[in-house]
Amino acid sequence: MSKITIPLGPQHPALKEPENFMLVLEGEQISGATVNLGYNHRGMEKAAEGRTYLQNLYLIERVCGICSHSHTTTYITNVEELAKCETPKRALAIRTLFAELERVHSHLLWLGVAGYEMGFETLFMYTWRDREQVLDCLEMLSGNRVHYSINTIGGVRRDITPEQKAGVVQRINYLIERTNYYIKLALEEPTVAARTANVGKLPLDVAIERGAVGPTARASGLARDVRKDEPYLIYNELDFKLITHNTNDVFGRLVVRALELVESYKMIKQVLNDLPEGPIAVKVPMRIAPGECVNHYEAPRGEDIHYLKSNGTDKPERLKVRAPTLANLQSVAYMLEGGWLADVPLVIAAIDPCMSCTDRAAVWNPKKGKTEVYSWEDLRKLSIEQYRKRGVDFTRL
Amino acid sequence: MKKPARVFSEVIKHLFKKPATIAYPFEKAHIFPNFRGRIDFDSSKCIGCQMCVRVCPSKAIEIPTSEHQPPAPAQVEGQPAVAAKKKFDCIMKLDHCVYCAQCVEICPKKALIMTQDYELAQTDKAKLRRHYK
Repeated sequence: MSKITIPLGPQHPALKEPENFMLVLEGEQISGATVNLGYNHRGMEKAAEGRTYLQNLYLIERVCGICSHSHTTTYITNVEELAKCETPKRALAIRTLFAELERVHSHLLWLGVAGYEMGFETLFMYTWRDREQVLDCLEMLSGNRVHYSINTIGGVRRDITPEQKAGVVQRINYLIERTNYYIKLALEEPTVAARTANVGKLPLDVAIERGAVGPTARASGLARDVRKDEPYLIYNELDFKLITHNTNDVFGRLVVRALELVESYKMIKQVLNDLPEGPIAVKVPMRIAPGECVNHYEAPRGEDIHYLKSNGTDKPERLKVRAPTLANLQSVAYMLEGGWLADVPLVIAAIDPCMSCTDRAAVWNPKKGKTEVYSWEDLRKLSIEQYRKRGVDFTRL
Repeated sequence: MKKPARVFSEVIKHLFKKPATIAYPFEKAHIFPNFRGRIDFDSSKCIGCQMCVRVCPSKAIEIPTSEHQPPAPAQVEGQPAVAAKKKFDCIMKLDHCVYCAQCVEICPKKALIMTQDYELAQTDKAKLRRHYK
């Protein structure tokens, strides 16, 4: 059968965000797929260089709407490490609480999206209704539903009162009951199994080779979780299980996320029960000591890495964000191969993609009328040219 | 055990429940007291230190001196003259504001106040530039 190449995206009803997948089709079966990024570049890293550390907090929060707390916490850990600031224990506990609440809201959102993509819209409607409960928790504690802005340099901005604690526990109890029902539903409902089992296969060796992170990796049996491997915040004091599954398909990713929800509820209760007393923030000077720092964090979608370089002023010299979707996109190309065209939206949705977090560089050349990829040499030449305009000469380096 | 239409009983139960959504705008959404809405300004407290202008991540605030300055208080005999207290205005660009309330937190005199207003949509762009006097 002759092969045809069809583009999926950048504008396509199956995709929530603009990205492009070139699919090579043999009939209805996919024999090759390439992922093209660069339709959603916002220049966040460059913008961060022109703002103070405090202002950047609100910029970094907007890298992603769903994991807004993940990005700020990674960024702020870097800043606090460079400033050699001792963050109070209570602040770290509140950050952990928000991290887990965020994971709950992200996984419930994903469960809804997966239900929608597999044509099980009842599940989509119910999970999104229940997700309102966790969004209410976040709004009650921080003031806003999506951009909580709870972090500040040296601690957190808002304390938790006993009434708020009771409100969160009450909502979490409701969610535990609902989640157990969804787990039972996912395991017993034949629609879910028929639509997700053996779809988007990613064997363990390929997952390692392609650097999969987060639930995508854990569903291939790879026990990789930053919370266990290198505990940050107060995760070393919490009791939770690392969830893995060995079916290597979309069904496994569904099970991993659903069981992680249960672990997150457990952690939220643990944090609320022994919330340490004390101040919630310490003062940190505006200027941060020169140095560089890398930190990673287990965002709901996987490992999020931030690199920060400071030069002693109140603005960072360089900030680099490696969002989890970028790591997982390599696996998507593999997962699509050999599958059916009708499964493409589900397989792409299974990694919980967030393209706007991922897009970092695209060069549109209006003279040639096409997008270009710069090589390392070209980038070096351009950056030397740019610094020369500012009066710094790097040519001899 | 695979049971077809496992969700059916749940669906039937929901037929007799109230809708989960709110009939906005006839019914207002429940807003929690810490909600970060429109920022209000109290001119009598402002000392014009410009701290809020400096921390604002989206350059949404301007603190110019007021057009009409209050007169200097009458000089009491035997004491040196007291300078008039300067009065400041606040220009808040609601279309630039990201509602992070960092200005409220940094203000040393509590001149900026966080309100729970959230219905701020306008058809006229000029109305988004609020001038508090």
